Amino acid sequence: MFWQGNVACAEAAVKAGCRFFAGYPITPASEIAERMAQILPEVHGIFMQMEDEIAAINAIIGASWAGAKSMTATSGPGFSLMQEGIGYAFMTETPCVIVVVQRLGPATGQASKGGQGNFMQARWGTHGDYSAIVLSPNSAQEMFDLTVEAFNLSEKYRTPVILLADELSAHIVEPVKIPERIVVVDRRKARDHSEPFFGSSDPKGIPPMPEVGEGLNILVTGSTHDEWGYRYTSDPDVHRKLVTRIYWKIEGNVRDIADYEADIDEKAKVGIVSYGCSSRTVYEAIDRLRGRGIRVSHLRFRTLWPFPDWIVEELAEKVNVILVPELSLGQFCREVERAAHGKARIISITKIGGGEMITPKEIIEVVERI
Amino acid sequence: MKHFAVKYLREEKLPTPFCPGCGNGILMNAFFKAVEELGYRDLRDFVFCSGIGCAAWIPSPHFMADSIHTLHGRAIPVATGIKLMKPHLKVVVIGGDGDLAGIGLSHLIHAARRNIGLTVIMVNNMIYGMTGGQVAPTTPRGIKTTTTPKGNLEDPIDVARILVEAGAPYVAKWTTYHVISLKNSIKKALRKKGFTYIEVVSQCPTSYGRNAGFKNPSEMLKWFKENSITYEKAKKMGRDIWKKKIVVGEYVDIYRKELTERIRMEDLDYEN
Amino acid sequence: MRIEIRICGLGGQGIILAGEILGLAAVLDGKYAVQMRSYGSEARGSTCKSDVIISDKIIRYPIIENCDILVSMSQPSLNKYIDSLKPSGILIIDEDLVKNIPRKRIEKIYGLKATRIAEEKYRRIMANMIMLGYMTGKTGIVSIEKLREAIKRRRVKMAEINIKALEEGVKLSKLKV
Repeated sequence: MFWQGNVACAEAAVKAGCRFFAGYPITPASEIAERMAQILPEVHGIFMQMEDEIAAINAIIGASWAGAKSMTATSGPGFSLMQEGIGYAFMTETPCVIVVVQRLGPATGQASKGGQGNFMQARWGTHGDYSAIVLSPNSAQEMFDLTVEAFNLSEKYRTPVILLADELSAHIVEPVKIPERIVVVDRRKARDHSEPFFGSSDPKGIPPMPEVGEGLNILVTGSTHDEWGYRYTSDPDVHRKLVTRIYWKIEGNVRDIADYEADIDEKAKVGIVSYGCSSRTVYEAIDRLRGRGIRVSHLRFRTLWPFPDWIVEELAEKVNVILVPELSLGQFCREVERAAHGKARIISITKIGGGEMITPKEIIEVVERI
Repeated sequence: MKHFAVKYLREEKLPTPFCPGCGNGILMNAFFKAVEELGYRDLRDFVFCSGIGCAAWIPSPHFMADSIHTLHGRAIPVATGIKLMKPHLKVVVIGGDGDLAGIGLSHLIHAARRNIGLTVIMVNNMIYGMTGGQVAPTTPRGIKTTTTPKGNLEDPIDVARILVEAGAPYVAKWTTYHVISLKNSIKKALRKKGFTYIEVVSQCPTSYGRNAGFKNPSEMLKWFKENSITYEKAKKMGRDIWKKKIVVGEYVDIYRKELTERIRMEDLDYEN
Repeated sequence: MRIEIRICGLGGQGIILAGEILGLAAVLDGKYAVQMRSYGSEARGSTCKSDVIISDKIIRYPIIENCDILVSMSQPSLNKYIDSLKPSGILIIDEDLVKNIPRKRIEKIYGLKATRIAEEKYRRIMANMIMLGYMTGKTGIVSIEKLREAIKRRRVKMAEINIKALEEGVKLSKLKV
């Protein structure tokens, strides 16, 4: 297939079992909705264009409680509008996938131009304590692969998963190979009252999820609730127990969730850590540097959150300097710096505006100056 | 003998947390009477969605049914997602005026426009009760609230008429005084396939009644009785009547093909 | 081998589609290809470009810094992108729409009145296919057969007429300039 990234994402969603999509048009994510509108009816799924992004996120939450794997796709402004709904999905442990094609912000910014300024928002966007799974593709192929992965993690951990794409991965048209066998994970479904729907004896536990309309009299609320969904508006222990588990069911499984690409030269003194579109520049810079005999290591994250700290720390122990190129003023770098624990010098390479990418030359120049 | 409605309720969660004299209980009673008269022994076929506010607590957690207590104003999109995936369920949204006519108004209008088969019951107490009596989009002009200390300068919104214009096939408006009519409208709405809207003007003695000069809840009910006029009569009168009186009755009752029916048809039907 | 082609023009001229067809044809030829777009917020009339890279190796870096072939269908887009053409590169223009070439040293320049021909013989919006056929005829970077197949696979509306326009462009490329 010679597919645009957004098309690959939509096709993968259906292959992963998505049967409900609600969205609102926004550049540069609209092609996902357009493709979904074509292909979902073919599998008796439902496509719905809602009145705004707030309606879209809430509709996919409703559909998820009706048993459907559901998805929406948006960009910065829409993602900001969805934040309250995403928080609701965290609190009620509602699996769903939110695709975010990053563009330049704040506000309307440059709508059709790429950026990487949603890295922190994807993790911390809604209020309160929680932990989020955020994946980031860097090609049309990964728009396919990681969309499937996003659904699988969402179903496994009963949590919303954010696919943080960018203008490059969304709009690039590239060969995409559909795997012969696609592993599809389905949520553990509650069929009776033998196990609570919102609690677990395991502090990292993931309770089974019931479905409306099956006579289980389920209670769902975004307020603090006990293991059967009863609202507790002031009890400290109920809140503590619930929110701590929602946090640890993700953070406690960081090694299962982490997915990254490591190109490590054990003797390199320079490392580069990247994600998304910027990583494609790093590939080229490294080819050119190695062509000149300069040794460099590269880590590229497919899982952005929970942040795989230890991988960065391992790299920081091997190298003297870590470069962090990104199309934002240092959001990703800040996290790399934290994870490196002072074991290497961190150099941030940033660029914003007009959708311009960091060039291989710009990275090479920094390496030369070290 | 137990009250007929107990079978529809989570008994251990009674009594409800509503203030003495609140109109929510009257609506609950009317709703369960309607459900009972329609022959439902339990609420298995129902899903209730509600937002934030006192009225949103009517179904959650009190009804022995599936209930989804959503974010403020977002019950309708959540209900829309459920109805689209499970069209055979009766998806009922119960909420207050702040929830449905304030923060969530656009969803309400679009649900009517789409004609998705939800039954929306709006308990209109003309005030933000749960947060302590702030002015609502439904508060009449001149009423003093905690955020209009010298009286409300704005006019209230008339949701029922907006929804008629938006294309809702069933719209009715009553007060907590008109319990039999209210029950009959709920019955009718639950039998209908399209989008149905019932507004019930209700008393909030705590946050509204005190500020509006009502000594007790029964005075408010009396005022509802004396200050309401039927839709048929109002239509024949001048424009001012809609501002002066509570216009009760069925505003519209027509046939329009429901959205999920249209989606699921082999050949898409754009006509009805 | 890595060939970088930049097609530029105005929104509404089918610039992005032309790039996608070219890229798909290269893939059908058994090569690696990527296509990248850039556009303004306006649906019609703003400058836009479609970058295609064709290679016999997997393309890890999909950005064009200096292109080997620049195809331009509007004056503003040429002005914007002329400097991205390599000194040894090939420039192909729609002669009616590009009158002024703001750079002196360009090794090869080819031009044809693609939009006029499209209007007279096909449809105005098929000028992109004429340009594509012409460019391919001049450079041989993909096979004409695979371009035809790409148009069909991409489910372009009125595929047959588009293919005729493409072939017209190929035919014109063989004429002595």
